[in-house]
Amino acid sequence: MIRYVLGRLTSLIISLTIASIVIFAVIEVIPGDPAAFMLGVNARPDTIAALRAEMGLDQPLITRYLDWVTGLLRGDFGQSWTYKTPVADLISDRIWVSLPLAIYALILSTIIAFPAGIYAASRRGGAGDVTIMGATQLGVAIPNFWFAMILVLIFAINLRWFSAGGFPGWDNPFQALKSLTLPAIALALPQAAILARVMRSSLLDMLGEDFIRTARAKGLSRRQALWKHAVRNALIPVLTIIGLQFSFLLAGGIIIEQIFFLPGLGRLIFQSISARDLIVVESVVMLLVFTVIMVNFLVDLAYAAVDPRLRTKA
Amino acid sequence: MSLLAIKDLSLSIGDTQILHDIDLTMQAGEIVAITGESGSGKSMTALAIMGLLPHGSAPKGAITLDGIDILATSEPDLCKMRGNTMGMVFQEPMTALNPVQTIGDQVAETILIHEKTSKIEAHKRAAAMLERVGLKVSPTRYPHELSGGQRQRVVIAMAIALRPKLLIADEPTTALDVTTQARILDLLRDLVREFDMGLLLITHDLAVVADVADQIVVMQQGRVVETGQTHDLFANMRHPYTKALFEASSHEVQLPVRTASAQLVYAKHIVREYPMPRQTLLGPRPQFRALDDVSFHINHGERVGLVGESGCGKSTLTRAILGLEDVQGGEITLDGAPVFTGKRPNLAVRRKMQVVFQDPYSSFNPRHRVDRLITEPFHLLKTLPTGQARADAIAKALVDVGLSPADADKYIHEFSGGQRQRIAIARALIIEPELIIFDEAVSALDVSVRAQVLDLIADLCRKRPLAYLFISHDLSVVRTVTDRVLVMQAGKIVEQGETETVFTDPQHPYTQTLIAAAPKLPTLGMAV
Amino acid sequence: MSRNLIIGTALTLVFIALAAVSFIWTPADIENLDIPNKLQTPNGANLLGTDHFGRDILSMIMMGARTSIAVALVAVGIGMAIGIPLGLLAAARHGSLLDELIMRGNDLVFAFPSLVIAILITAVFGASAVNAIIAIGIFNIPVFARLTRGAALPIWERDFILAARVCGKSAARISIEHILPNITNLMIVQGTIQFSLGILAEAALSYIGLGAQPPTASWGRMLADAQTLVSIAPHTALIPGFAILLMVLGLNLMGDGLRDWLDPRIRVVRT
Repeated sequence: MIRYVLGRLTSLIISLTIASIVIFAVIEVIPGDPAAFMLGVNARPDTIAALRAEMGLDQPLITRYLDWVTGLLRGDFGQSWTYKTPVADLISDRIWVSLPLAIYALILSTIIAFPAGIYAASRRGGAGDVTIMGATQLGVAIPNFWFAMILVLIFAINLRWFSAGGFPGWDNPFQALKSLTLPAIALALPQAAILARVMRSSLLDMLGEDFIRTARAKGLSRRQALWKHAVRNALIPVLTIIGLQFSFLLAGGIIIEQIFFLPGLGRLIFQSISARDLIVVESVVMLLVFTVIMVNFLVDLAYAAVDPRLRTKA
Repeated sequence: MSLLAIKDLSLSIGDTQILHDIDLTMQAGEIVAITGESGSGKSMTALAIMGLLPHGSAPKGAITLDGIDILATSEPDLCKMRGNTMGMVFQEPMTALNPVQTIGDQVAETILIHEKTSKIEAHKRAAAMLERVGLKVSPTRYPHELSGGQRQRVVIAMAIALRPKLLIADEPTTALDVTTQARILDLLRDLVREFDMGLLLITHDLAVVADVADQIVVMQQGRVVETGQTHDLFANMRHPYTKALFEASSHEVQLPVRTASAQLVYAKHIVREYPMPRQTLLGPRPQFRALDDVSFHINHGERVGLVGESGCGKSTLTRAILGLEDVQGGEITLDGAPVFTGKRPNLAVRRKMQVVFQDPYSSFNPRHRVDRLITEPFHLLKTLPTGQARADAIAKALVDVGLSPADADKYIHEFSGGQRQRIAIARALIIEPELIIFDEAVSALDVSVRAQVLDLIADLCRKRPLAYLFISHDLSVVRTVTDRVLVMQAGKIVEQGETETVFTDPQHPYTQTLIAAAPKLPTLGMAV
Repeated sequence: MSRNLIIGTALTLVFIALAAVSFIWTPADIENLDIPNKLQTPNGANLLGTDHFGRDILSMIMMGARTSIAVALVAVGIGMAIGIPLGLLAAARHGSLLDELIMRGNDLVFAFPSLVIAILITAVFGASAVNAIIAIGIFNIPVFARLTRGAALPIWERDFILAARVCGKSAARISIEHILPNITNLMIVQGTIQFSLGILAEAALSYIGLGAQPPTASWGRMLADAQTLVSIAPHTALIPGFAILLMVLGLNLMGDGLRDWLDPRIRVVRT
C-alpha cells in the first residue's frame, strides 16, 4: 500500500515537473522575446527594456525557470503587466468561482449518472434501458455552451427562476450556489450522459463474469448480485472516467463562465490573452494543469481503496 | 424417495435443441458422474438443476430435487434453495471469486443470505468451514493472494457452508494440476461421506469418473446414451459411444522404432531468472529462478516428453529452446549452433525448429487465410517459394495432416478445434524442421479428437525422422508418444530416462507422487 | 445493418453533402451584408432566416459545416497518425522503459484538455482554425495511443504471435502484419467517436474566439454572435446549435451502429 502511494506520488511530481517545463517553454521560449511580444510592435524600446528587466529576461533560461517554479511553490505567481497587481491576488479571487463550479458539476453528473447507469444495466433491453440510452445519446451530442444558452433562455429569461448571470460572492452561500446552479447543470448533463453509458457497459461486463454466476449459485437474486458484487467491481473503470471528466468540467467551466458572466478564471484568461499578458496566462494554465494532475492522483488513491489487488501488489 | 430425479428433461434455446429426454436418478450420499465430450449437454443439465439456465431457455419435463419440482418453482423460491438445498462448484477457480471481497466475506455471505444470524456468527461459521475444506490461510485474505487449488477450496466452502443436500461440481478439477486434483477429489469424497449429501460430478475425464463415481451417466449430443453403476458399466459397456470414449481415453499409438542417432539439441546448465517485486521499499529485487541448472539433450529423430505441473518452468524452457529469450547461465545449442543470437535471430537455426501450441483458438490470426497462415514459416527461408512451388508445398502440408488442398482458401473460423490443431501441425511441418515442440498440443481437445491427433503424430514419425519435445501435464499421453521423458519440478529436471522405465519404476519422490496422483482408467472388462 | 447505423450514416452524409455543395453553390453569398434584412425568421427567401448582419443562415450553416468537418477530420487524422504507431510501439515493447515513457507522456497530455492547449497556442501565435486543429489533434494522440496499446497487449499474448516470432519475424513486422489488422475495427469505431468529439471541440473553441476567425464561417462563431440576441431572435441561436447536435448525434449513432455491425465486443472510450 505504502509502495503504491509512493509510486503514484513520484509520478505526480514527475508529471508536475514536466508540465511546468512544457508550459514555461511554450510561453517564455517559443515567442523569442516575450517582453517585445507582450508589448506589440509599436512599443518603445525603453518600455520593452523595463519589462525585460522586470521579467528577469536577462537571466539564463534555467534561472528564470527555477525562479518561476520556486515562486509558484511559495505562492508568488509574479506581477501582472496589464493589471499591475500580483497574479496570485487575481487568481485567488477567481478560483473560488471556477473550482466550486467544476466540483458542483462533478457531483451533479455523478448523482445523475450512477442511478441511471445502474438502472439501465439492471433492466437491460427493457423500456427503461432504451429510454435512458436514448436520452444519453442526445446528452452526449449536446454542446454544453449551447445547452447553457438554452437554459438561460428558458429558466432565466422566460421563467425567471434564476438570474441570467453574475455572481453575488460567497458571503451568501445560498445565493452563490443558486447562481452556480444553471452553469453546473449545463456542464453536468452532457458529462452525466457519458458517465451513465460507461457505468452501464461496465456493469454489463461485470454481470457476465464468473463470480456473478457463483454469487447466483449461493442464492443471491439477480438484483442482490448486481448490488453486492457487480457495482463495486464496475467502479474501477468508472473512476478513470470521473478523473478525466474533472479536467473537462474545469476547462468547460471556463467557457460556460462566459455565458453566465461569472467572474472566474475564464474571464481572466481570455482578457489576458487579448492583452497579451503572458505572465497571467502562464500561471493560470499551470494552475489548471496542476488541479487536473492532483485530481488524477486522488483517483489513483481511490482505485486502491476499491481494488485490493492494487494494495498488495508491491 | 430419491434425492434427485430428472424425468424426460428437454431443453431448447431459440431454435436449437440442447437436451433430449434426459433421465437421471440419484440418492443421498451417492456420487454420480455425468461424462461426455464438449457439446454433450452435461453442463446445461447441471445449470437446469440449479435453475440457472441462460436467458431464452425453454426446459420441458421434470427435475425433482428433495420432493420439489425445480422447473415449476418461482425465481424467489429458487433463490432460497440455491446455496441452501443445492450448491454448485465451477470449473475456473481463478475467476469464480469476487476479486474485491475477502474470502471470509464471500463464504459468510452464503450463510447471511439464507439465515437470520449475526455477522459475527456467520464469519465464525465461515472460518470453520474454510478450515474444514483444508484451507490454511486467514479468512481476511483476498482471492488474488491464493493459488488455484486454494481458491477452489473457497468455492467449495461457499457451496457447502449450509450443508446442502445436493452438491453439483462442474469440471471442478479440470483447471488444476494433477496433484491438486487428487486432493480436491479426496476432499469432495470426504464431504459426501460426512454430510451425507449427493454429489453430481460433471467431468470429461473418464479416469476421474472411474476413480470416484458410484454411478455413471454418459452423454452425447444432448442425450443420455448409457447409465449404470460404475462397476457394472466398466465391466459391461453396451453403447458403442461409451466404448469409443473409453478406447479414446486410453488410446495408445505405435511409434516406429528409433535408431541411434547424433545429438540435435544440447542444453547445458541453463539458468533463467526473473526479477520479482521488491519485498521492502528500497531493498534488492529478489529473483525468481524459473530454470535452475537444467541440462538435457534431444537426439535426431528422438521423441522426448516433458512433464511437470503449472509453474514448473515448462513454458520458460520452451521459449529458451526456441531462442525467443536469452538465459542467464549455460547455453542451448541446436546442431552445435547457439539458439539465441541476440536481437537478430539466426535463421539457419530457427529454420530447424517449429512449435504447436495448446489453444487451437488463439494459435491463428483470424484475419488471414489458411494458405497465408501455414506458409508463415517460409519467412525463415533464404528464398521464398512462389507460384506453383508454393501451391504445391501448401497442398502437400495440408494433405500430410489429413486435410484437403482446397482448405487453403478458407479462414480459420471455418474449422473445428481438432482441424485447427492439424493446421497448426501443417504450419510446423511446411519447412520440414528437425525439431517440433508440442506445447500441450492435445490438452484442449476432446478425447476422441485427441486420439486422432496422436495417431497423426505417430503417422508423421513413420513418414520421416522427426524429433519432438512433447510437453504435457497428461502422463498417459506422454507415456504413449515418447521414447524418453524429462520430469520437471520448480525449475529443475528431477528425473529423466527411458519413458517406460520412468513410468514403471520412478526414482524421484516427485515423480512417484505425480504418477500416484494421476487418476487411472481400469483395464477394459475388469472390475474396478 | 442496424437502425442506428442507417440513421447515423444518413445524418452524417447530409452534413457532408451540405459542406460539399457549399464549394460550388450556396443560397446566398455570406460575404454580402444586408443589414436592413437582418434577423429575419425562416421564410421563403431565407429558408433558415438571417442573422444580425442580414446574412443567410442556411448558407452560413453550409459554410460552417465545411469548417467543422475539416477541423475535426484533420484532428482525428493527426491523432491516428501519431497515436496508433505510438500505441503499437508501446505494446511491442511492453514493460520496457520506452513503454513507460510513452504511457507517462500520454497521461501528461491528458492533463492538458484541448481548451488549455488552445489557450497556450493562441496566447503565443494568435487564434486561427489551424490552432484549433493542432489543439484537438494533440488531444487525440493519447486517446489513440492508449486504445491501441490496450487492444494490442492481449493480442501479443496470443499464441499466433509466438508462432510468428518463432518464424523469425520482428516486432515491427508482427505489429503491422498481425496486430494492426486485428484492431482496425476498433480504430474505425473510435475514429467515428473522436470525429464527433472534434466537431464539439471545434464549436467550443470558435465560440470563445480561439478557433476559426471571421470571415470564415463556423457554427461556434454563429452561436457566439447569437448569444446577445437569444431573447429577441432565438432562431439565430437554435439553428446552429441543432446543426452541431444533429451532426454529433449522427456520428455517434454511426459509431455505435458500426460497432454492432463489425464487432459488438468493442469498447470505445468516451470522455
